[in-house]
Amino acid sequence: MITTSQPDKGGHFGPYGGRFVPEVLMAPLEELEKAYEVARQDPAFHKELADLMHNYAGRPTALWEAKRLSENLGGARIYIKREDLLHTGAHKINNCLGQILLARRMGKNRVIAETGAGQHGVATATVCALFGMDCTVYMGEEDMRRQRLNVFRMRLLGAKVVGVTNGSRTLKDAISEAMRDWVTNVENTHYLLGSALGSHPYPMMVRDFHSVIGKEARAQFLEREGKLPDTVFACVGGGSNAIGMFHEFIGDTGVELVGVEAGGRNLTLGEHAARFAGGSPGVLQGCYSYVLQNADGQIALTHSVSAGLDYAMIGPEHANLADEGRATYVNCSDASALAAAVTLSRTEGIIPALESSHAMAEAIRRAPAEKGKVFLVNLSGRGDKDIDIYRENLKDLDE
Amino acid sequence: MSNTRIGRRFAELRAKNEPALVAYITAGDPSLDDTVRLVAALERGGADVIELGVPFSDPIADGPVIMRGAERAIANGATLRGVLDCAAKIREHSEVPILLFSYLNPLMKYGFAKLAVDAKAAGVDGVLMTDASVEEAEPYVKTIREAGLDTVFLAAPTSTPERLALVGRYSSGFVYLVSRTGVTGEQQQLSAQALPLVTAMRAHTDLPLAVGFGIAKAADAEAVGRLADGVVVGSALVRVIEKYAGTPEMETKLEELTRELKTGALQGRAR
Repeated sequence: MITTSQPDKGGHFGPYGGRFVPEVLMAPLEELEKAYEVARQDPAFHKELADLMHNYAGRPTALWEAKRLSENLGGARIYIKREDLLHTGAHKINNCLGQILLARRMGKNRVIAETGAGQHGVATATVCALFGMDCTVYMGEEDMRRQRLNVFRMRLLGAKVVGVTNGSRTLKDAISEAMRDWVTNVENTHYLLGSALGSHPYPMMVRDFHSVIGKEARAQFLEREGKLPDTVFACVGGGSNAIGMFHEFIGDTGVELVGVEAGGRNLTLGEHAARFAGGSPGVLQGCYSYVLQNADGQIALTHSVSAGLDYAMIGPEHANLADEGRATYVNCSDASALAAAVTLSRTEGIIPALESSHAMAEAIRRAPAEKGKVFLVNLSGRGDKDIDIYRENLKDLDE
Repeated sequence: MSNTRIGRRFAELRAKNEPALVAYITAGDPSLDDTVRLVAALERGGADVIELGVPFSDPIADGPVIMRGAERAIANGATLRGVLDCAAKIREHSEVPILLFSYLNPLMKYGFAKLAVDAKAAGVDGVLMTDASVEEAEPYVKTIREAGLDTVFLAAPTSTPERLALVGRYSSGFVYLVSRTGVTGEQQQLSAQALPLVTAMRAHTDLPLAVGFGIAKAADAEAVGRLADGVVVGSALVRVIEKYAGTPEMETKLEELTRELKTGALQGRAR
């Protein structure tokens, strides 16, 4: 039984999380923690956030029963939480709206963020445009090359995109560069971190802003089915959509929670991003959690067809849920995720993001053997951003 | 005062009214064999304490110069075990105090109990863990201190008095004062935040105080030498190694810069 769905005072979920940062970063983290504590107890903050979520982002999102998909599989019935229908195309906007309100309360006029695939960068650029804030997004040069369209979207929204040329030139290096900017410019700058990762209070705060996903889904499910789902599926990179979905269900011990990591090409170190398949506890970018690393404690390179899952560490609350046995974590290969995207597109008319396809793939894999059960899958984003990758991998459709 | 080479060196210098020059280089940059020779060059130039950096793949507190040093070292195969062996080789012919300077993850992966024993055996005198906040540090401090090694912590201009007190409590050997908010790297001039931090930290500890971050030239060292017990230089030295790696001048150039910095630091006390 889970005992620690809220972190302790130091931001620990069981042994994980905490604050592992150089002393210079402690002051900004403490400032943020205090500001968030005040905001979360202020009804005016929640009122404004709820208004933005509804009238700007498009909440509540639909809960869709995927009947054709379920019939084709001939087993469990599958419901889909449609976070893909949100403004900017993914759940990321939930957290960005919460944090931009917080940044404004803290008197910051500049926002920085990291991005991998560009979804969090686009969502950050969007809220900065909406609130008239200066916006700088750090992005690995390799990711900029792979995601040119999102780079252009961010620039169209008025953001400055800074290419990061250190290390592997991907998400991990973009986070480090954003942290370096933050520590240098903290007086006027808020770091809008995009996942349930990093140092306290980020994992808790980002989770809180996404917990609307699980709250809505649970109520919608009860209304439609008169009971709770048997199993809830979500993909896990850092883990923000998954923790937003899972958190509301943690106390419902009859509900199985399944997180799906990126199995990549195979489970050799460097070829995947499945932290529970080869990772071990360690410290990266301010947080203690499961991380993919080599025998010398150097952080490993990762691979996934889905850039949003391509990160070496999993969020600390997931690490604790895994240790306590409250949630299970499996992985899904690039190929299975691509196949699931085709299946969902053709049975339900929904083209999913590659990240979300990982969750879908696991539900599809299990459904045939679980007749009588009802599944809930978090469809965290839509597939528009991945069209080039789909085209590359489904060449026969692209004559 | 701790009874390590670090503590003893600071005590000797304090008796002579001299500031210490604390020199950082990344071990394994460009190779671990070079590091042994480079430490000898630092010592000839007048460095009093050596900070031996353990390279890490994701150094969030470091600016571009030290970041590139770590990348070169990892590419050339430097591991924590290799760094300890390098320390042992230095120790064969030198009594210069050595502080291991590392991010937590490589130490955690190695195992703290084993690290404490092996570091002591290699002749290391202390450990500084860049990303161990005082809130998280207690178990590591205990293990390292029990092996007879010093633990050095960082204090920042933005540290609250409560945090400075903890930094003082967990530190031995000396306290490393970060002269400004930001990452490591040379600056045009010494931060105005340095002096108030020395005063604030002094209220919490009698340990020697060394000031680093942004110190690049003799004039900076002189300014710091005037107000603190030690001057820490890193990026400026690593930049020399980067520039002259693979040339016969690498060691002499490093020695020259070290001597300039030491001379500057001494001038801070000359009046």
